[in-house]
Amino acid sequence: MKPKPPNKLGWTKRLRHGLSKTRHSFVHNLERIVRGQRAITPEILDEIEELLISADLGVNTSQTVIDYIQQELKRRELKDYLSIKNGIQERLLQIIGTNHNGLNLTATTAVIMVLGVNGGGKTTTIGKLAYRYQKQGKKVVLAAADTFRAAAVEQLKIWGQRSGAGVIGYQTGADPSAVVYDAATAAKARGADILIIDTAGRLHTKKNLMEELKKMKRVVGRCIPGAPHETLLVLDATTGQNAIIQARQFHQDLELSGLVLTKLDGTAKGGVAIGIVAELGLPIKLIGVGEGLDDLQDFDAQEFVSALFYGEDNEKD
Amino acid sequence: MFDSLSEKLQATFKKLRGHGKLTEKNIQEGLREVKLALLSADVNYKVVKKFIEDVQQKAVGQEVLSSISPGQQVVKIVHRELVELMGESFRQPALAPAPPTVIMLMGLQGAGKTTAAAKLARRFKGERRNPLLVAADPYRPAAAQQLNLLAQQLNVACFIGAPGQTPLKTCRQALSQAKETAIEVVIIDTAGRLHIDEGLMAELTELKQALSPHYIWLVADALTGQEAVRVAQGFEQAVGIDGVILTKMDGDARGGAALSIRAVTGKPIKFVGLGEKLEALEPFHPDRIASRILGMGDVLSLVEKAETLYSEEQAAELEKKLRSNRFTLEDFSSQLKQLKKMGPLENLLELLPGMGNSKALKGLKPDDKQLLHTQAIIDSMTQAERLNHKIINGSRRRRIAVGSGTSVQDINKLLKQFTQMQKLVKRLPKSSAGLGRMRGLPFS
Ligand SMILES: Nc1nc2c(ncn2[C@@H]2O[C@H](COP(=O)(O)OP(=O)(O)OP(=O)(O)O)[C@@H](O)[C@H]2O)c(=O)[nH]1
Ligand SMILES: [Mg+2]
Repeated sequence: MKPKPPNKLGWTKRLRHGLSKTRHSFVHNLERIVRGQRAITPEILDEIEELLISADLGVNTSQTVIDYIQQELKRRELKDYLSIKNGIQERLLQIIGTNHNGLNLTATTAVIMVLGVNGGGKTTTIGKLAYRYQKQGKKVVLAAADTFRAAAVEQLKIWGQRSGAGVIGYQTGADPSAVVYDAATAAKARGADILIIDTAGRLHTKKNLMEELKKMKRVVGRCIPGAPHETLLVLDATTGQNAIIQARQFHQDLELSGLVLTKLDGTAKGGVAIGIVAELGLPIKLIGVGEGLDDLQDFDAQEFVSALFYGEDNEKD
Repeated sequence: MFDSLSEKLQATFKKLRGHGKLTEKNIQEGLREVKLALLSADVNYKVVKKFIEDVQQKAVGQEVLSSISPGQQVVKIVHRELVELMGESFRQPALAPAPPTVIMLMGLQGAGKTTAAAKLARRFKGERRNPLLVAADPYRPAAAQQLNLLAQQLNVACFIGAPGQTPLKTCRQALSQAKETAIEVVIIDTAGRLHIDEGLMAELTELKQALSPHYIWLVADALTGQEAVRVAQGFEQAVGIDGVILTKMDGDARGGAALSIRAVTGKPIKFVGLGEKLEALEPFHPDRIASRILGMGDVLSLVEKAETLYSEEQAAELEKKLRSNRFTLEDFSSQLKQLKKMGPLENLLELLPGMGNSKALKGLKPDDKQLLHTQAIIDSMTQAERLNHKIINGSRRRRIAVGSGTSVQDINKLLKQFTQMQKLVKRLPKSSAGLGRMRGLPFS
């Protein structure tokens, strides 16, 4: 069994703990910048832009937010930091949208394919998803189609044990498409409700590895009509602007249905995801907030945006 | 997007040529471009701010030289400052007088510690230093197994503690085993952790106190954004960092995190990870990352790789052949053999600015297996065929296919690629075709 790390904090505690430090940055800086100013000068806007960039929003997205503030300044009075903060939040929510985007799992055997660069949190996310649906009484099968990384299959098998999901996997070096084929066949035969495919991490620049994913997608589509019903890109919230290029390439090659943002239990805000949503129109569906079975949540735009400032919805100044 | 930073700067500064001195005012626009390039490369905004101030100070008051454009002049200053900030060139980590030398790796989850540990082991083994890998991650499922499998691939020793054992106990046992078994370098792979996780950070401090590692290296992902500063600070304050290994540099991330980490810790980046294979670890070169962050491509890396295999004359000869169309399949075959020594072809192409995504090169991105194929095909040709591919007609193609165990389609494909390559090379600008001349490229 997994040994417990020494005084490991729960994720909410860690979150709050992390925020007690970062709180000083965004909200407090914003307040500091705006307080006592008679007018919002270009210098102040520059500083606000820096705050946005510090949350990984990137130059372009930050600029659209600043443009919005500038335009609103002409229309109405934004003079205290609270109204500016609200203005920023408004604009960001416009971009992300406030619709809840659950996973589409209505098919008899719904197939979720999980992709992303190395170490992003794919396998862990799959473990958490399996746990979530098994707990709901659904039958879940996992396909260990990461046949490249050492011990990847064993890693997924442990998550299978934890959640009670079945795992189809062979030895390292096996053909990932063959694993997908066999897993799809097994899922149908066992009457599984959900099949989740774990794929090997890969950088979007590796053409042959992207081809491999396309093939896996074709194979599962041939076994189960309409599959995959979800093609999720896992993004590590600590990733910077490269995430946009990653998402672009994965979307172009694999036609994604949504994003999963992991490691939001750290101090990273995942602001780069906003630019991705804006450019590609893909919804963020899930967030990862820790390494435990329960540390997966549905994405909530309000919460996410206010976390850029506070981290938690109810934490007000 | 910023591949053209130097071009942009040229344009911004064009009007300046021959206009006396660089002033705060006339370089402002250019420095804004530099700032945007750095931010888009994920350099932390505070680091960027400081950097721009420094560059401005250095640049203001300089005479605008007539030999180069003011744009080039500022690019040079920016580049030089960046290189300086990135710190000293690679130095081989010295081994402890009394073995074993203990190296502890730490970092966030998913940064690439386990792979980096194995790559280091491979490197030490190559230097005839007997390494021991220690699996000190009892938390992530199958982490120890992952390290153990990599160790087996490398045929190096790996120590795994009993299940449920603390990392400290595992490391202590590993160290005493190392002393008994003529191990020279012990590499400890710790669990990934958040820099704000006090419990797990304390675990590292405890390991540090008990084991007194000679080197504690932070493994950091080149894809990291603004967070890099907080992460580096967190590990530096809680544990202390001696050096950094920067992973996943084989992608197209600009790697601004390197600059952020360096700026806040002052510690050198030692190695970069350039792929998933265990040989993909290289010493860090400050000048190269500077070019990369600025979007100039990692031309120097390519040059150096090429230089270890080609002499200047060979390169010049090759270029001449390519340009005059005297480049034959025979030459192609010997190039392939060289290329194989240089590592995966795809990596090489990606090192060139603007080449990584070139459509024309798409068909020319064979994986290693394909290279073998191609080699077999060329080996099955007669000398005459190799010297003049135009004589290879249908019946010759069939014969070659049989001889090489491939199909006629494979032969057709290869010949097509070969002629495409000939065409492509002709279209390349003079300055970038010659491998021997690449060194000056960014500023020429
Ligand atoms: N703190 C935190 N850690 C996470 C989260 N999700 C995953 N991790 C950790 O990140 C590391 C990498 O996770 P994996 O699930 O193995 O990532 P992966 O994308 O499958 O990695 P590869 O298969 O190696 O490409 C592990 O140590 C996980 O425990 C999260 O939401 N928060
Ligand atoms: Mg995985």
